[in-house]
Amino acid sequence: MASRQDVVALRRFGLGPRPGDLARIGDARAALIAEVEARRLPPVAGLALTTPAEIAAAFYAFLDAQRAARRVASAPQTQAPEAPPAMQTPDALQPPPALQTPQQAEPPLPQRVFRDEATARVAVALESGVGFGERLAMFWSNHFCISVAKGQFLRAQAGLFEREAIRPHVFGRFEDMLVAVASHPAMLAYLDNAQSIGPNSPAGARRGRGLNENLAREILELHTLGVRGGYTQADVAEFARILTGWTIAGPEGRLGAPGGFVFNPRAHEPGARRLLGATYPEGGLEQGRAALAALARHPATAAHVAAKLVRAFVGDAPAPALVSRLAATFRETQGDLAALALILVRSDEAWNAPATRLSTPQEFYLAAARALGRRPGFGQIAQPLAAMGQPLWQPPGPDGFSLSSAIWTTPEGVKARVEFAAAIGRLGAAGVDPRALAEEALGPLLSAETRQAVARAESRPQAIALLLMAPEFQRR
Amino acid sequence: MNEACSQMTPSRRAALGAAGALFGWSFLPRFAFAAGARDARLIVVVLRGALDGLAAVPPIGDPDYAALRGPLALAATGEGAALPLDGFFAAHPATPAFARLFRERQALIVHAAATGYRERSHFDGQDVLESGRNSPAMVESGWLNRVVAALPAGAPTARRGALGVGVTAPLIVRGPAPVLGWAPPNLPPAGDDLVRRLGDLYGQTDPALSRALARAVETEAIASAQKLGGAENRARGGPATPQGMAQIAAAAARLVAAEDGPRIAALAFEGWDTHADEGGATGRLATLLGGLDQAFAAFESGLKAVWADTAILVLTEFGRTARINGTIGTDHGVGTVAYLVGGAVRGGRVVADWPGLKDEQLYERRDLKPTTDVRAVCKGVVADLFGLSGMVLAERIFPDTAAIGPMKGLVA
Repeated sequence: MASRQDVVALRRFGLGPRPGDLARIGDARAALIAEVEARRLPPVAGLALTTPAEIAAAFYAFLDAQRAARRVASAPQTQAPEAPPAMQTPDALQPPPALQTPQQAEPPLPQRVFRDEATARVAVALESGVGFGERLAMFWSNHFCISVAKGQFLRAQAGLFEREAIRPHVFGRFEDMLVAVASHPAMLAYLDNAQSIGPNSPAGARRGRGLNENLAREILELHTLGVRGGYTQADVAEFARILTGWTIAGPEGRLGAPGGFVFNPRAHEPGARRLLGATYPEGGLEQGRAALAALARHPATAAHVAAKLVRAFVGDAPAPALVSRLAATFRETQGDLAALALILVRSDEAWNAPATRLSTPQEFYLAAARALGRRPGFGQIAQPLAAMGQPLWQPPGPDGFSLSSAIWTTPEGVKARVEFAAAIGRLGAAGVDPRALAEEALGPLLSAETRQAVARAESRPQAIALLLMAPEFQRR
Repeated sequence: MNEACSQMTPSRRAALGAAGALFGWSFLPRFAFAAGARDARLIVVVLRGALDGLAAVPPIGDPDYAALRGPLALAATGEGAALPLDGFFAAHPATPAFARLFRERQALIVHAAATGYRERSHFDGQDVLESGRNSPAMVESGWLNRVVAALPAGAPTARRGALGVGVTAPLIVRGPAPVLGWAPPNLPPAGDDLVRRLGDLYGQTDPALSRALARAVETEAIASAQKLGGAENRARGGPATPQGMAQIAAAAARLVAAEDGPRIAALAFEGWDTHADEGGATGRLATLLGGLDQAFAAFESGLKAVWADTAILVLTEFGRTARINGTIGTDHGVGTVAYLVGGAVRGGRVVADWPGLKDEQLYERRDLKPTTDVRAVCKGVVADLFGLSGMVLAERIFPDTAAIGPMKGLVA
């Protein structure tokens, strides 16, 4: 049977125990280390559209169909029956508007892709063992966040972005994740780099367009060095010039696979650049790769990532010795993220910290669904997460959702949690003994007060809601 | 130094506030406030992402404006013309309700304004704006919360606490004074009995959750009295859409207007980071400004009964580049606008020490140069509405800002 500290650790580093987990997992530390040593996360499975090519083809077909439908709508009434625009195109992927009408109950394609990705993403988290790897994926997905609120393209790309740019590198190297993120179409669209053009490049001269600093600034400020990491406005502008040409291949596929990453030399600002005191000779795509590699190995990046990991997994109160150990390991191993994960779970600071942090809404949601053994559909995922303030792949800004515990301890946030707990309590009550469930979920953490509140509840749903809202379930 | 001292000369109401802070208001009889102070309302709206002040309130009379803004420049006449304000400045065509309030002298603009923050990070910029601190590293509380904490304990403003709209309260209202929370309902209500039992459990085991739950219950009581619950009030669109802005503003107005409701509220609208395809008279920024304008109209109608004692202050972390960037948008800048709207406002004017738009007049040859500190605006509004003294404002609300005097005469 797991000890008190074992259960705290399973909840602090993992996603919360499922029924039977506490009896099965004897040594929590060994189970956490085993997840790191497996060195890979399970694939997100069961998607209708999986590969970048499939998603891009469906997305551009959707755009074509939308345009065709608009042409029909705006065409003069007399012409419409004679020449329906859809009939003029030979594209087999594009259903004529007449065939689309019966399907209007189905949401548009970007929302369908988002729905499938979100449902599959939650399913893989609910099925994982301890869930340390999944928590790390959530951490990095938030560190390098994008938002589906930016538009249809991002809505269709958000799940793919996490599957391609984040999950493969959770136990790999920081530099590889950084390059995968910075070159992913979702990030290039989210932070506008896809449109940034060197003013002196052939495309810039011809079209009178130019730089956009957004991605360059956020890579320096949020992804690598940190806001006080020692860069200047001049560095931001130089880095933006370095990243010109990093863009998305259009639907015609002239530059590369439609919807995929492409380096467009005709949009790239020519010449050598100076960033953080180093010179990067002209080298097209390689100029950006070299700059990202240097940023990934910069000591300020090591310090920034180390401090953020400690805040996410240990607490708001600084643990300076642990932060410096993580930063030193980051520097020595050139950003080996598995090594950092092992230091975290092996450290006394992380292990012995009191369980005082309120779980984020996503952590709470997954812990509740795991405790009840539920497999929620999309509606039961999207709505509660949004109501509790942490909608999936939709942070308020490029800095992601807050890691602070205090920020979630608000009247409105607690109210939304109670409403969710009441709703999932009603759904999950059939055939459940809430008293046994409380022991399964919390083991030695279960307080006498909570045990009594659960036992005295007026109904099964109410007992489950009280258990999920108990301080020892909410805090980790 | 002399100038700073003269700006701190306390008004009668302000002197009352300072004495109260000294002797402890809770021991004074309540009629002391009823006689002197108005029962004022203040709503602060934070626009996250950095509003382009040159687009929201274009200086169309500036000879360098049109060339500088290129394809995004607004004109005084023709289709999509900007709405006239004072001949030099105009309002964006998506903000007719604001322009009407301006004509009715119930709205003003402070232009070329900024906090003391001169870097260009959104997140640090917002922290400085909301914490009222000089450095982004200190975020333990927000200045609007400290206003409530500094008020006499018996005054209605202090008794009711501050309202933070949204699932997570904006930093500007977080802190030691009580914070109520409200957001458009998304889930069915939990049931009173469950909430009562949970309150008992938290009372025995978790003071922080206990406080949060108690305040949620308190706000819920006001909200249901104002008929803000129920399916018809479900969240529409969120704070980055025009419908969401209008809905949030209408609900905040009803809560703040209620006799037993909070007197001070903060909310945030998002999406102002217009790096690409910002648009001119129509387009991306115009859509957002239209949402802000609908919010002004919703505030006006929801707060009608107390409008004469209401001020709505709209702030953003910094401005955007004066020139258009390579993607027909604007990057992070410095100087921008603040809106001040409400029946209590001495409106009908644009307050600006206009720096000009020539290359050498721009901050770092790049951004609108800030000539007014928005903290002077915040201090002026708070001093006039709630009678806080310049000293309290310079030490507790905006620490270490004695050199920045409250701007006078913003509130009638």
